[in-house]
Amino acid sequence: MRHTISVLVRNEFGVLSRVSGMFSGRGYNIDSLNVAPTLDPKVSHMTIVTHGDDDTIEQITKQLHKLIDVITAKDFAAGEFVGRELAMLKVAPSPDARAEVLRIVEIFRGKIVDVSPKSFVIEVTGGQDKIDAMTRLLEPLGLQQVVRTGPLAVARGL
Amino acid sequence: MRLTGSEILIHALREEGVDVMFGHPGGAVLFIYDAIHKLGFRHILARHEQGAVHMADGYARASGRPGVALVTSGPALTNAITGIATAHSDSIPIVVFSGQVPTPAIGSDAFQEADNVGLTRPVTKHNYLVKDVRDLAYTIKEAFHIATTGRPGPVLVDIPKDVSNTPCEFHYPREIHLEHYRPRYEGHWGQVKKALALILQAERPVVYFGGGAILSGASAELRAFVETLGVPTTYTLMGIGGIPGDHPCSLGMLGMHGTYRANLAVDRCDVLIAIGARFDDRVTGKLDEFSRYSKKIHIDIDPTTIRKTVHVDIPIVGDVRNCLQKLLKLLADERGLERFQQRIRPWWAQIEAWNQEHPIAYEQRAEGELLPQFVIDKIYQMTHGEAVITTDVGQHQMWAAQYYHCKAPNNWITSGGLGTMGFGLPSAVGAQVARPGERVVCVAGDGSLLMTIQELVTAVEERLPVKVAIINNRYLGMVRQWQQLMYDNRISGSDLHVGPDWVKLAEAMGALGLRASRADEVEPVLEKAFAHPGPVLMDFQVRETENCYPMVPAGSPSAKMLFSDPVG
Repeated sequence: MRHTISVLVRNEFGVLSRVSGMFSGRGYNIDSLNVAPTLDPKVSHMTIVTHGDDDTIEQITKQLHKLIDVITAKDFAAGEFVGRELAMLKVAPSPDARAEVLRIVEIFRGKIVDVSPKSFVIEVTGGQDKIDAMTRLLEPLGLQQVVRTGPLAVARGL
Repeated sequence: MRLTGSEILIHALREEGVDVMFGHPGGAVLFIYDAIHKLGFRHILARHEQGAVHMADGYARASGRPGVALVTSGPALTNAITGIATAHSDSIPIVVFSGQVPTPAIGSDAFQEADNVGLTRPVTKHNYLVKDVRDLAYTIKEAFHIATTGRPGPVLVDIPKDVSNTPCEFHYPREIHLEHYRPRYEGHWGQVKKALALILQAERPVVYFGGGAILSGASAELRAFVETLGVPTTYTLMGIGGIPGDHPCSLGMLGMHGTYRANLAVDRCDVLIAIGARFDDRVTGKLDEFSRYSKKIHIDIDPTTIRKTVHVDIPIVGDVRNCLQKLLKLLADERGLERFQQRIRPWWAQIEAWNQEHPIAYEQRAEGELLPQFVIDKIYQMTHGEAVITTDVGQHQMWAAQYYHCKAPNNWITSGGLGTMGFGLPSAVGAQVARPGERVVCVAGDGSLLMTIQELVTAVEERLPVKVAIINNRYLGMVRQWQQLMYDNRISGSDLHVGPDWVKLAEAMGALGLRASRADEVEPVLEKAFAHPGPVLMDFQVRETENCYPMVPAGSPSAKMLFSDPVG
């Protein structure tokens, strides 16, 4: 089962390898991991997507808590959080497919952020399913490259 | 006060109440060694960095205070890793200081450079690279705090050479700022009450405690708890000494080489009370058949140990001592105790019957080959179970656990989790430094001892009267035992018939060497060793093919034990 874990860490030297090392050392999987600064310059925020049964996820959050540099680790239950991902997709469609690509961009509320005679770079945000769907539709139209942030998550409400 | 980084280190150690460190010098720590010399700090020179860390570890286990080791950069740190990992597996509070190349050279593949923090990350509770001398004092304060609180463990502080020689104003901080690191000491009252209610309903209860009981200093409370209840009690390898081994409530150790009654009791019990233990695979045997009929209570300060491998009905996160004090408070007003003790009487009778069936025993014939169990038994009798015992890893370690009925906590020093061969001698050196007037005996294996034998020189130099009893069977005995039982007796890589003359080796290193190969020689050799003021190596040439029983073969349910070599 997929889980999204939101982790606040002390912004110390080596903290990313402490977190990733805990996962690899104990045989847990990281599907995606995103790190960025927060309002407090001494604190960073990580969104980690992982999968495993309930016991595994319980161990993962406990093991995260055990790391000295981890301030909080919260396993979000479905519906408790808003999750979004940003993707940039490079497409090189044939001349007769360019209009179809633009239509898809519109449907998915994406943006063209770079254009050249032979290619587009499309920016799109959304849940993972949405980006997966868009990628599938663009694939036959000359999709060259996909760069994704992995999901970011924030709790709903206060 | 303006001090260099090296001087800050020495002053900070004094502030922490540290009066000795174990180490080995080298390029990156020369300024620190200079400060040791100038400021007159007690330093014990190990002959290998692994030895230095095991000494700090043995010191910590014997004293209950953090041990300190100092090593230089690169290969010194990689040598130290075995020691650090050993302490990590057994949750021992040590602080290791390592030298690092000067900050401008970090990352340039400089001479004797290694990524010390990266290398030790998985085997420390926490570690630091101090890039600015102004952070040094605070970092040391935090390092000692983390090493000694919660579930203890090793902490490494890596100090670049330029930092150790840069001056700065020194104030030792009084406080630390770790708002998010708050180990939970207080057991939850509601959970404690629930636990006691479950215990008092039991018909077949068993207490199973581990190293956490020793680390939290809960021996008195533990003893009061099991005595008040009159409950059968077993312990892990790390728990030895938590209650006296010959205590009427003691079933002996459980697990792979535990007693039959302890393993059967845990297998058949209806309530299992796990205290400061972690359901290690050497204890549980086949996991899904472990203690199937029991409701389980688990007291531990580390939340990750709870439900890691075994399902627990009543978890209590907290310090073992704190939780036991709460249980004792409740027990003081408990009126159902007599009924409880009455009810578990048949259970005790059953346990006693199991003990009759398969006791821990050996038979030494006067003219027969010397048995290893006999040697341990003699050491036990002659020291009245009151010596500090350190061990290496293997058959001799298990025999020591079976036959040396340790009377007190912090007297049993063994590498339980990591199983580090070569741990015995250096940890005995550290233990003897911690407790100078006391009898320290290292029960060693002829395989293990050779891995750290150089530390005998340290014992000689420091005039530390450690007594090393080599259970010399000319094999890597435990490996040979497994090969005999599980690999059709193909002895592969475990034959040690080419080995040192231990008596001459002891003499070459400036120690006394003694030898015994017959049962009647054991006592005189031990008497001579104990009367000698310095370190002694005793070569006990025991029956080569003796195996350690009872035994739960790896992967078997813990109640299915072997009791002797298979016939044929």
